[in-house]
Amino acid sequence: MIAVSARTRSTLRATVTIVVAALLYEAVARTGYFPPALMPTLPKVWNALIGSLMDGSMVVHAASTLYRVLVGMGLAVVVGLPLGILMARWKPIENFFMPLVSALMPIPSLAWVPVFILWFGLGNTVAILIVFYAALFPMLLNTWSGVRAVNPIWLRAAGAMGANERTLFWKVIVPGASPFIITGLRQAFLRAWIAVIGAEFLAASDFGLGWVIFDAKEFLNAPLMLASLIVIGAIGFAFERLVFGSIEKATVLRWGMVRVVKG
Amino acid sequence: MADLTTESGILAARAARAPEDARWRVIARNAFPFIVVFGLWEIVARAGVFPPKLFPSLVTVAEAFVNLTVRGILPHHVFDTVLRLLAGFFLAAIVGVTLGILMGRSRRVEDIALPLVSIGAPIPGLAYAPLFLLWFGLGNKSAVLLVAFVSAFPIIFNTWTGVKAVKEIWVRSAQAMGADDRRLFVKVIVPGALPYILTGLRLGLAQAWRILVGIEMLAAVPWGLGWMIFGAREFLNTDVMLAGVVVIGVIGLALEKLVFQKLEEYTVMRWGMMT
Repeated sequence: MIAVSARTRSTLRATVTIVVAALLYEAVARTGYFPPALMPTLPKVWNALIGSLMDGSMVVHAASTLYRVLVGMGLAVVVGLPLGILMARWKPIENFFMPLVSALMPIPSLAWVPVFILWFGLGNTVAILIVFYAALFPMLLNTWSGVRAVNPIWLRAAGAMGANERTLFWKVIVPGASPFIITGLRQAFLRAWIAVIGAEFLAASDFGLGWVIFDAKEFLNAPLMLASLIVIGAIGFAFERLVFGSIEKATVLRWGMVRVVKG
Repeated sequence: MADLTTESGILAARAARAPEDARWRVIARNAFPFIVVFGLWEIVARAGVFPPKLFPSLVTVAEAFVNLTVRGILPHHVFDTVLRLLAGFFLAAIVGVTLGILMGRSRRVEDIALPLVSIGAPIPGLAYAPLFLLWFGLGNKSAVLLVAFVSAFPIIFNTWTGVKAVKEIWVRSAQAMGADDRRLFVKVIVPGALPYILTGLRLGLAQAWRILVGIEMLAAVPWGLGWMIFGAREFLNTDVMLAGVVVIGVIGLALEKLVFQKLEEYTVMRWGMMT
């Protein structure tokens, strides 16, 4: 007992909490106080999850949602990154785009869904554009502030050492702004992940995790709804931890731009 | 000497005129991009490349806006939406700040609540919407509860971080000077954590606003801006939709700029917690 550190105790308590919460849920579900169609027991949810994973339907849905997110985010990066850099480097561009960005930013991406449905019809285009809209602003603003935050001494030092514009850009500005850009990517993904689910609810085509949930509601298929919620949460979590965590490790941590906080 | 005085006189005169000039220049500079974009929009709309039903000219949008406002339809939508937002947000603020503070102060509560909060947080809020609709039925109850549920997460996280970030030395010195638990809480912990709590509330409100627009499209509420723009789709009323989108943007901006900036000025900035 003495050897147990505070960290292990926290992990232990976390596990206990989750187990207790799951048991409580199971107990309530089994009493039949709520209709079982609305509050399925955990084995049922588990079966729905495994079943849909095994017959491949969940995989297809997850893949099409991911496809929309990645294409939308890709577009947002292609537009947001250069525009953010240009805005930070040239005052006239900043003067032109900044007011537009500040006017568009407070409009939630989902508010555009009905307009986009009318313009582009139901389907992939709407979802991708909504993701693009949601992801663009975090990307753009973080790049912009990142480039502006590059230490001017570095720029002058590189200039004095004879770096031309191109070297300056690739060797100083991009690495200098990279912590901000990665933060931007992270925030953009979070926003995109929320937006894609909403877009799939409203502009449902035939595939996608959001569509599964919404479709399952029609048939009172609560186990499947909960199962896709689990998948949605797991993918979001995986992206946050694995993808962005490793991007960070491969770039800014290696370059020594940010320090790991020793906990 | 004479030269110097005239020069400083001119400088003073210029300095007096400069703020006026600069203000106009700033206004002109900010207006310019909108004029360009609106002009382009108008040209495309009038050229008839797209059907005018789908791509209305700005005059039509403005007319729709005025028409809806005069007939009292738009204010009713706005009123209901804002009411729902506030109800959900206050619920989230009360629960979130309380839970956050408890988590920050008590190790046991932290160990119990943190895993649950960390599991719930990465799931996009709107994904819960169908579940809430099944559990609480269509309408206001689901909408308000979902908004509260979703906006509680950033509030909990930030409050918790804020309470943990209160400097240990402040707590200890207050205790050494004989502060009891209540005074410690009111005079040290709350002001110390307030910058974080305000950030959490701000993020929560922004989150709530984003979710509310979505849930209003799904929950079949009778009034509300989200419903207004989604319902307009059925009748191809693109002008109503665009007017609604503009109103949504303006409210979002107002929430961010007016409410929180003022609140911050009155509390943390005055106390010197933030510059």
